[in-house]
Amino acid sequence: MAPRLKLFLPLILFAMLAITLFRGLSLDPSEMPSALIDRPFPAFNLTGLGQSRPLSQADLEGQVSLVNVWATWCVACRVEHPYLNQLSQQGVPLFGLNYKDNDADAQRWLDELGNPYRFNIADRDGTLGLDLGVYGAPETYLVDATGVIRYRHVGVVDEGVWSALLEPLYQTLTEENDTQ
Amino acid sequence: MNRTSLLLVIAVAMFAAPALALIETYDFSDPELEVRYQSLTQELRCPKCQNQNIADSNAPISQDLRKLLHQQLEAGESDDEILDHMVARYGEFVRYRPSFGGVSIILWLAPALLLLAAFGVLLLTLRSKSRATTAGVASLSAEEQARLASLLNKVGQDS
Amino acid sequence: MMPEIGHFALIIAFCLTLMLATVPAWGAWRGNAVAMSLAPTLAIGIFVFVGISFGCLASAFLQDDFSVALVAAHSNSLLPPIYKFAAVWGNHEGSLMLWALILALWTAAVALFSPQLPLLVLSRVLSVMGAIGVGFLSFSLVTSNPFARLLPGIPDDGGDLNPLLQDPGLIIHPPLLYMGYVGFSVAFAFAIAALLGGRLDASWARWSRPWTNIAWGFLSLGIMLGSWWAYYELGWGGWWFWDPVENASFMPWLAGTALIHSLAATDKRGLFKSWTVLLAIFAFSLSLLGTFLVRSGVLTSVHAFATDPARGMFILVFLALVVGGSLTLYAVRAPAVSSRVTFAWVSRESLLLCNNVVFLVATLTVLFGTLFPLIVDGLGMGKVSVGPPYFNAVFVPLMVLLVPFMGIGPVSRWKGDDVARWRKELMLPAVVAIVCGFTFPLLHAPYNIWVALAVLLSSWLVLGLAQDVWRRLRNASSPARGLRRLTPGYCGMLIAHLGFAACVTGVVATSQYSVERDLRMSPGDTQELAGYEFRFVEVTQVRGPNFIADEARLEVSRDNVIVASMLPQKRRYLATGSMMTEAAIDPGLFRDLYVAMGEPIGSDGAWAMRLHYKPLVRWMWLGAIFMAVGAFTSVLDKRYRTQRAPVAAGNEAALHGA
Repeated sequence: MAPRLKLFLPLILFAMLAITLFRGLSLDPSEMPSALIDRPFPAFNLTGLGQSRPLSQADLEGQVSLVNVWATWCVACRVEHPYLNQLSQQGVPLFGLNYKDNDADAQRWLDELGNPYRFNIADRDGTLGLDLGVYGAPETYLVDATGVIRYRHVGVVDEGVWSALLEPLYQTLTEENDTQ
Repeated sequence: MNRTSLLLVIAVAMFAAPALALIETYDFSDPELEVRYQSLTQELRCPKCQNQNIADSNAPISQDLRKLLHQQLEAGESDDEILDHMVARYGEFVRYRPSFGGVSIILWLAPALLLLAAFGVLLLTLRSKSRATTAGVASLSAEEQARLASLLNKVGQDS
Repeated sequence: MMPEIGHFALIIAFCLTLMLATVPAWGAWRGNAVAMSLAPTLAIGIFVFVGISFGCLASAFLQDDFSVALVAAHSNSLLPPIYKFAAVWGNHEGSLMLWALILALWTAAVALFSPQLPLLVLSRVLSVMGAIGVGFLSFSLVTSNPFARLLPGIPDDGGDLNPLLQDPGLIIHPPLLYMGYVGFSVAFAFAIAALLGGRLDASWARWSRPWTNIAWGFLSLGIMLGSWWAYYELGWGGWWFWDPVENASFMPWLAGTALIHSLAATDKRGLFKSWTVLLAIFAFSLSLLGTFLVRSGVLTSVHAFATDPARGMFILVFLALVVGGSLTLYAVRAPAVSSRVTFAWVSRESLLLCNNVVFLVATLTVLFGTLFPLIVDGLGMGKVSVGPPYFNAVFVPLMVLLVPFMGIGPVSRWKGDDVARWRKELMLPAVVAIVCGFTFPLLHAPYNIWVALAVLLSSWLVLGLAQDVWRRLRNASSPARGLRRLTPGYCGMLIAHLGFAACVTGVVATSQYSVERDLRMSPGDTQELAGYEFRFVEVTQVRGPNFIADEARLEVSRDNVIVASMLPQKRRYLATGSMMTEAAIDPGLFRDLYVAMGEPIGSDGAWAMRLHYKPLVRWMWLGAIFMAVGAFTSVLDKRYRTQRAPVAAGNEAALHGA
């Protein structure tokens, strides 16, 4: 290699670094995709809120649904709740996972703010949350009709999040399910 | 990221502020397990915090993970089994030691490769320079070579 | 009024840096002495105005002027005055002002303390530093204005300084760190000036050496303080986490170490001229990269300021211009044909090259590891984490590789040496070192192979140096002459290398021999740890200036003799209600005892306590202090004492950089 060309090597390496950093500015380093994408919903056997019959993962099968992780101590869950009510009224199947909470508070919350969930799994100790890879409420999982997790959204679900991130996949999966 | 979400993030981050040093007192049936516990809590990353391991973080999820870790150690699982268990739920992100497979292998090979490359470049550069020098010098007559040597020695003394 | 004066002064300073960046450089290009001679004056002017600006910001903090948004967000009326002052740089905007102030300080210092520099060179150097100032001041004014006001709704009180920062560490750690970061800009400026001048001779190395050594010394102190501060403040006894922000300060240090050694070779022997230029560019680029990493939000870190990708973009563009520009200049202007090789394979030059290789590889390894999560994410290959297990595993072997060469270095000769002579000179230190390596760890059960290795290597360094000093003194004709042989340059090297040996020993000993236990203790309980008995006596309530605390008292004894009384606290800060644990440390030269309080357990007065035994941990920080002292000592050498630039007949010569 001509000696002069060798001297351009540092510049070339720096250019590669700069491009990487530029790309990095549009990424979010704290965003973590779920490790359970395309894997079945973890097995569980827990009581439901206000129900005597225990619930298991089989109860999630049969329709495409959203499983929403929420708790009364979670401020953002309060923010997202009205929109969840709206989604439920539109016919989207919604199941709740009441994460590390207590029954009395949770029931009062639902009475006060409305209950969009078909049922609520009472995960008192957070064991199901650990199996799911939950690290903070609110989180919402999109589960298909066979009980396989297809997507996870961390944070508040609102109009923007639903139409951009969740709805397209939800529609696709529902159509797939209907045609089967 | 718009301003509201930025503020929310900062607010959450402030709640998860460090130096709360939540210290749990787990009892271990075997002191060996406690040693393993301490080293494993430093291998695992808190999924939610700003770059802390679960030993130093007081976020609720870290507490849960530490409790899980304690349970698994008492249940007799090996280090690898425990780490795989965590990765299956939270992804590779939760391990501070990059795996030896996949794309991370380059991370482990990099230092050795860089060292070899650096020494290699050094050797080649020095050898080609001294060869160029001797080749150039050889093209002079004997008298010129003697003059060159004495001139260069004078320069060498000055510096 | 004051904030507006400060803002205005900052704008004036910015205009002056614009002038400094352009006019003297043009003067150097055209040979216009008047334009060139403006440089020192402009440099001092910039320092004055940045100083005024900084002073206005500081007074806003000290006077609790909550109409200034920054003060409202980061200060509080209950804060002790010293922390009100330190709070100036406990945030993004204020720390940028500190950067600017220190940059102005170094620029003015170069202007004032370089009488031996030809005007041609001085004007170029100051212009480059002015250009850097343009970047930082514009960044401040455009994206991070510290003087933004909160009118008309002035809050009654401020949001308080993060309790973690309410500590003497905040007062000294950032300023020292920035002195280091910014100081490398001087070496950078000299390197660029040399490239611009088109004559790459060794004089640029002679001129920049003292500045670079001082900068490196400050950076060593800054990093050491950061480590020490984390140790006693965070409550978990750790002192280095390989966090991206920590790495951002460590990389310039590693490159800087390579630089100071390479400068020695360029200065003494006129070798590696263009390699040293590249290293100078590299070291300062890493400083700028550090600034980017800390403030852009690209990597997650506990230390990062409130991050903003828009600000990140600004810094990235600045980084691209400065580094891209300097590397382009290097590629175009550095000599394609380098100097003839005038040294043998066995020589001091070779050993210095080994030093360079190891430190360069270390720097690149840390850089790659820090950026790896970003690279993988950017390529869409998922999320990975790279943390202490990786960095410790790769960094330690590199240092182990370095130390044997380090032991030979001081004894070696320039130009050409003889392996047989090395063997003769260093046989005794080598043998004694091996003996030490075998025996010392026996003093402390259980025997640990890593500690043995560390003791072996450190002894090798120390004994080699001791022997060299002994030889120099003994071979002198008189004691006075012998002492004169120990020049400040040599003594600096001696002290710095000793510091390194201490650091290595401290790091390995504390990593391997530390004992930590988390326990439940009630008043009256006694626990045993590493041969010490910790007796929990009582808990009392204590009131501080802006907090209330539960303070526990523990008496520590060894062999039934009380050695310490330790008072850890669990504090609640009044302004924000946030809780913090304040660890109690019993420091010692050979071991630290460390106690931190967790939460109260149950209702019978029991507490969760963390007890640590940390042997030789102070050696790490003392070693770093020694390294800094060594660097500062070497600058006192009389070869750097000012010799006035040739005045009369030499004016022409001075102009053309003779």
